[in-house]
Amino acid sequence: MTDRPLTVSAPGAAPGPAPAAGPAVRASSARAATKAPRPGRGPAAGRRSPLARGGWTPWLYLAPALVVLGGLLVYPVYQLGLISFLEYTQAQVSGGEPTSFQGFGNYAALFRDEQFWQVLLATMVFAGACVVSTLAVGCALAVLLTRVRALPRLALMLAALGAWATPAVTGSTVWLLLFDPDFGPVNRILGLGDHSWTYGRYSAFALVLLEVVWCSFPFVMVTVYAGIRAVPSEVLEAASLDGASQWRIWRSMLAPMLRPILVVVTIQSVIWDFKVFTQIYVMTNGGGIAGQNLVLNVYAYQKAFASSQYGLGSAIGVVMLLILLAVTLVYLRLLRRQGEEL
Amino acid sequence: MRNLVRRSVRRPWRLAAEASALLIAAVVAFPLYWMVLSAFKPAGEIESSEPRPWTLSPSLDSFRRVFGQQEFGRYFLNSLVVAVTVVAVSALIAFLAATAVTRFRFRFRTTLLIMFLIAQMVPVEALTIPLFFQMRDFGQLNTLGALILPHIAFSLPFAIWMLRGFVKAVPEALEEAAHIDGASRTRFLWQILFPLVFPGLVATSVFSFISAWNDFLFAKSFIISDTSQSTLPMALLVFYKPDDPDWGGVMAGSTVMTIPVLIFFVLVQRRLVSGLGGAVKD
Repeated sequence: MTDRPLTVSAPGAAPGPAPAAGPAVRASSARAATKAPRPGRGPAAGRRSPLARGGWTPWLYLAPALVVLGGLLVYPVYQLGLISFLEYTQAQVSGGEPTSFQGFGNYAALFRDEQFWQVLLATMVFAGACVVSTLAVGCALAVLLTRVRALPRLALMLAALGAWATPAVTGSTVWLLLFDPDFGPVNRILGLGDHSWTYGRYSAFALVLLEVVWCSFPFVMVTVYAGIRAVPSEVLEAASLDGASQWRIWRSMLAPMLRPILVVVTIQSVIWDFKVFTQIYVMTNGGGIAGQNLVLNVYAYQKAFASSQYGLGSAIGVVMLLILLAVTLVYLRLLRRQGEEL
Repeated sequence: MRNLVRRSVRRPWRLAAEASALLIAAVVAFPLYWMVLSAFKPAGEIESSEPRPWTLSPSLDSFRRVFGQQEFGRYFLNSLVVAVTVVAVSALIAFLAATAVTRFRFRFRTTLLIMFLIAQMVPVEALTIPLFFQMRDFGQLNTLGALILPHIAFSLPFAIWMLRGFVKAVPEALEEAAHIDGASRTRFLWQILFPLVFPGLVATSVFSFISAWNDFLFAKSFIISDTSQSTLPMALLVFYKPDDPDWGGVMAGSTVMTIPVLIFFVLVQRRLVSGLGGAVKD
């Protein structure tokens, strides 16, 4: 395990057998660091681990996590579903009027609203564009990192870590300044005069997309780079000696080995980009002119907290939840098909 | 890999690759450079229609304005308290849970793991409404608790999932040896397993730190009347009025808000990068 700063090596990444898509072979850093005690000492050697025979112990260990998750995740999800079926506005919140069961009333109102469909479509397209761009940039730069010497690699890594570390609010305001029609350097460099990026619907979305890609490609780049580095060099050298082209090596060897990693970064990107809130809210001032840049998240927030239609806002939340649940199920199937052991 | 690449990539190509890597690094770092630069520009210069990529007379005026704002230091402290509490508590809970699901065989183990995975995907933002009422009922509205509690819950599933690989990597033989030497299970857990898994905890903590430090939506929704309980993103937006932003103040505030995360990243980057590789491969 290398200890140079900014070099990537997975705990299981010491050169060894290829981690053919599936559970990685892990020669763990912990193992290397601690030197497992001599085997065969004492009569109990070879028996099953004492921790494994737990009885109630695992549940004891799990209890704090289950309490927290139950109280602050599962119960709110249940409540979200419940509120989405109620009439719940300012009157009910303050206790002035009793809550009344609406059935699918909120959903019916939502689905009749033309703006909802427009926002749903915008969310899908925007999130999709963010995911594709983030993955493309992240993977391309990960490959680039493997082709350069230490100094350019360090520079790119540091820059990427900086972008990654930037909080969403500050990133949003900085990008707004960069593209400011009056004081921003970008318009000056591009010779665009006082063109306003946030005025038009598409250019506003494009600006937010740039910021989102800027702060989320580093995760993809670093992770994929870690994956490429984990592929043992002997395997690649053998292939190259056998006359395989670079493209062939990539397609037939690297791509299948990297697939588990690609699945993870794709899913994480889908989840993050589908839920973008801060960037849209700050950069388009709460959803753009006449709500032209709304995405589901911001839309739900505006409905619930700005116009006190909590029932309607919750219905939008449920729609989001269902879409992400569908994504999760696809993810689980992919994991299963790879024979991943849980 | 590197040897192979060296040999197979011809020299002009490698130089081109290195040049573009440096260029891309500059482009990626440019927003941060511009942020710090603008924070140090003297009043008036930032509102120039000919923005210069340097400043001749750096000034601390914007920073003075930011720290002069009522209770900015308080907001900073609040953000820090929220982030550190979330990191510490979720790391502890996740360590116990990850140990349970990797070191024991019990009924519903796989079901639980799948549930943790699904929990990761729950859009936090969608839960703002029920959490708002829940925090109100707990009497937590307008307190830091309303920011801490939900973030602990949201960072847990990912933390458990990520730590699993690290706990798994500790050989079982170690456990047997400890047992034979007379160490109790609790002792093994805290004195042997915990230190071994610590690097994993550090990598995991990056994600919980960022989610708590960045939190904008909950701060906006749950801290409504008592602004002394507010956090940095809110303080920053005092200077950002969409029609007439005080860019100097916004950039100085942004710089102050970004620096702790940058320090944190620099401290943990090696662990983070190796941790990512490990967790993802597992």
